Amino acid sequence: MDMEFSPEDLAFQQEVRSFIAENYPAELRGKQDEGEEMSKEDFLAWHKVLYKKGWVAPAWPVEYGGTGWTPTQRFIFSEETARADCVRLMPFGLAMVGPVIYTFGTPEQKAYFLPRILSGEDWWCQGYSEPGAGSDLASLRTTAVPDGDDYIVNGQKTWTTMAQHADWGFFLVRTDKDAKQQEGISFLLIDMKSPGITVRPIITLGGEHEVNEVWLEDVRVPQSQRVYEENKGWTCAKFLLAHERTGIAGVAASKRGVEKVKQIARTEIDGDKPLLQNAFFKRKIAELEIDLTALEFTELRTLAGPNAGKGPGAESSLLKIKGSEIQQRLTELTLEAVGHYGAPYFRGFGEGDNEHPIGPDYAHRAAPTYFNTRKTTIYGGSNEIQRNIIAKMVLGL
Amino acid sequence: MDFTYTETQDMIRDTLARFLGDTYDFETRQKFIASEEGRDPAIWTALAQELGMLGASFSEEHGGLGGGALENAIIMEELGKVLGIEPYLPTVVIAGGALKAVGGAQADKFIPEIIAGNVIVAFAYAEPQGRYDLANLRTTAKKDGETYVLNGHKGVVYAAPWATHLLVTARTGGNQRDKDGVSLFLIDANLPGIVRRDYPTVDGSRASEIYFENVAIPADALLGGEGAGLPLIEQVVDEATVAVCAEATGVMQKLHEGTLEYTQQRKQFGIPIAKFQVLQHRMVDMFMEVEQSRSMTIMGTLKLDLPANERKAAVSAAKNKVARGANFVGQNAIQTHGGIGITQELAIGHYFKRSTMIEGQFGSADYHMDRYEQLVLAD
Repeated sequence: MDMEFSPEDLAFQQEVRSFIAENYPAELRGKQDEGEEMSKEDFLAWHKVLYKKGWVAPAWPVEYGGTGWTPTQRFIFSEETARADCVRLMPFGLAMVGPVIYTFGTPEQKAYFLPRILSGEDWWCQGYSEPGAGSDLASLRTTAVPDGDDYIVNGQKTWTTMAQHADWGFFLVRTDKDAKQQEGISFLLIDMKSPGITVRPIITLGGEHEVNEVWLEDVRVPQSQRVYEENKGWTCAKFLLAHERTGIAGVAASKRGVEKVKQIARTEIDGDKPLLQNAFFKRKIAELEIDLTALEFTELRTLAGPNAGKGPGAESSLLKIKGSEIQQRLTELTLEAVGHYGAPYFRGFGEGDNEHPIGPDYAHRAAPTYFNTRKTTIYGGSNEIQRNIIAKMVLGL
Repeated sequence: MDFTYTETQDMIRDTLARFLGDTYDFETRQKFIASEEGRDPAIWTALAQELGMLGASFSEEHGGLGGGALENAIIMEELGKVLGIEPYLPTVVIAGGALKAVGGAQADKFIPEIIAGNVIVAFAYAEPQGRYDLANLRTTAKKDGETYVLNGHKGVVYAAPWATHLLVTARTGGNQRDKDGVSLFLIDANLPGIVRRDYPTVDGSRASEIYFENVAIPADALLGGEGAGLPLIEQVVDEATVAVCAEATGVMQKLHEGTLEYTQQRKQFGIPIAKFQVLQHRMVDMFMEVEQSRSMTIMGTLKLDLPANERKAAVSAAKNKVARGANFVGQNAIQTHGGIGITQELAIGHYFKRSTMIEGQFGSADYHMDRYEQLVLAD
């Protein structure tokens, strides 16, 4: 057991660092510094740089376009991208449906979809939750009825993140109404431009348009776009949920977040000294840092420990719970740190708008981010559901 | 980067777990601690001579297995699981650690004796006025020709009633809280002028108040440089601190497992109480604390060799997190057991007592948070 980086690892670290320095899109850096919301093109700009380098999907098997990195190299890569404050890649293709397709898909599905996910040609969204099926996902009611070689899909999905940009969506639909809850569900890939699909925005607390309602009205979907067997979609869903949760720990990004909030607290003055020297604020930062270290080493134990490579198990629920709590505490401390200037509502820069927004740059999105980040303990299986999973899978209850 | 154990480390863990499983069940342990001596010396001898366990963290040149802090952590965790009262921490981790650090003739003389089980050391460092400040010392050692003369009072010296030797911190110069002028001595426990008041501790061990009254000690009892002992003391105390984090992990695992087991047997409202979601989620929270304590113990152990300030920050982060976790797991184990948890009858309460004492050992959560802040958040 050791934490040393080998000479090869150190060389790799240098390579990643130089690559980011030389290739990270400058226009993104500017927007991030101003605290602006990212557009689809912004997200894709960095995605495409990584794709050209062959680094866009480190977690994938090499045969499908992965990098073949060791766990240590993957750790270094995520540390370096977070350190350099690179925008996060959208997970829906790369981290979610991609692994489902290469694990359960037909050769045709793999050949068509995987390269387009890697290149960023297709933007994906996730059609899981419904108005009546949140934590109780298996109670979903969207139906797919066979009609020749197709299905006819009807129903309503909600909380569909970035569906407004999406080319494709992966959907859980009911193909057997009489089966017990989890058993009659299938996993469908649906072209979002299909007739009968309507996407309506839902505006969240920070004023963002991230999530949507998706209405499906007699949408015709070829049966060849079903992944895995009919009525066995829950297998894909469970697999995907476990994959989604490992990334959700977000350790490297939270480490970067701690540095940012510390920097703010060095700048903000509280009485006659920096806020960071306020005993109460400092203690909250220290406790957060220590809890983040505990999360980091718990993740490292799963990445490079005896069970490494065996795929995400129930420990990913632990990482999701603790990771999401820490993300929330970070945004809360940031909002607390900016004081008065958490209040002005920043709408983003309009066309030709060159007036500087109110307050310091680091304050612009403090409140919206705090509001928005309440989602982390709710999405991906709420933290209460994660506790149910641990109780069942680990504790045997 | 690698977070797996070697085959030898796995073997150490398995061998010790099997031995303790055979010799150290809860009822037997309770008999040890109720006996006049408060322990069964045959266990220590067996650990040394049958299992070779006391040599696990020493070099092969000294007759050990060539391990270090990770081996100490493995052994401490297993001892934690059985509420072991064996003086492994002061003898092997602390005195052994100091001897490894100074090397030379003293190491050559004492380490083989520790490995053989012939020497038990108690660590006499705390003083009634000093709280967790290692430099706050009223005990003095005054040079007098070829000897030092020791005077002072050391408090709550665990394992002192069993010790053949004492590892003593004393002031050879400077004022009560100065960082300079602190020295470390390894002395015979039965020198004239050493007066002990022995007592049981709440967590099943034995300890003493020790009074040194003009105790003449030979000059070669000094470990390291005269007056320059504080960095060495801080280093061995950091090693001891992660070792008790490892012990805590074993104790917490048992608190959690005991609670899981009990809730599956105990029925209320006609069903096992483990069926209640509120208790399931609490036990998941306990589980997460146990796992994070394990992670932090590993983190702290792997960072013991870093430069002093990085080491101290890592150890304080570990102890803070483990202390908070131990508090949560211990209190919730008792709460979940209900009334039976606050009796002497079940093992669970005894695990709670040990985990509670570990919370404060070598510094409370607050103490370590302060130290962490001073090192990491000073600017």
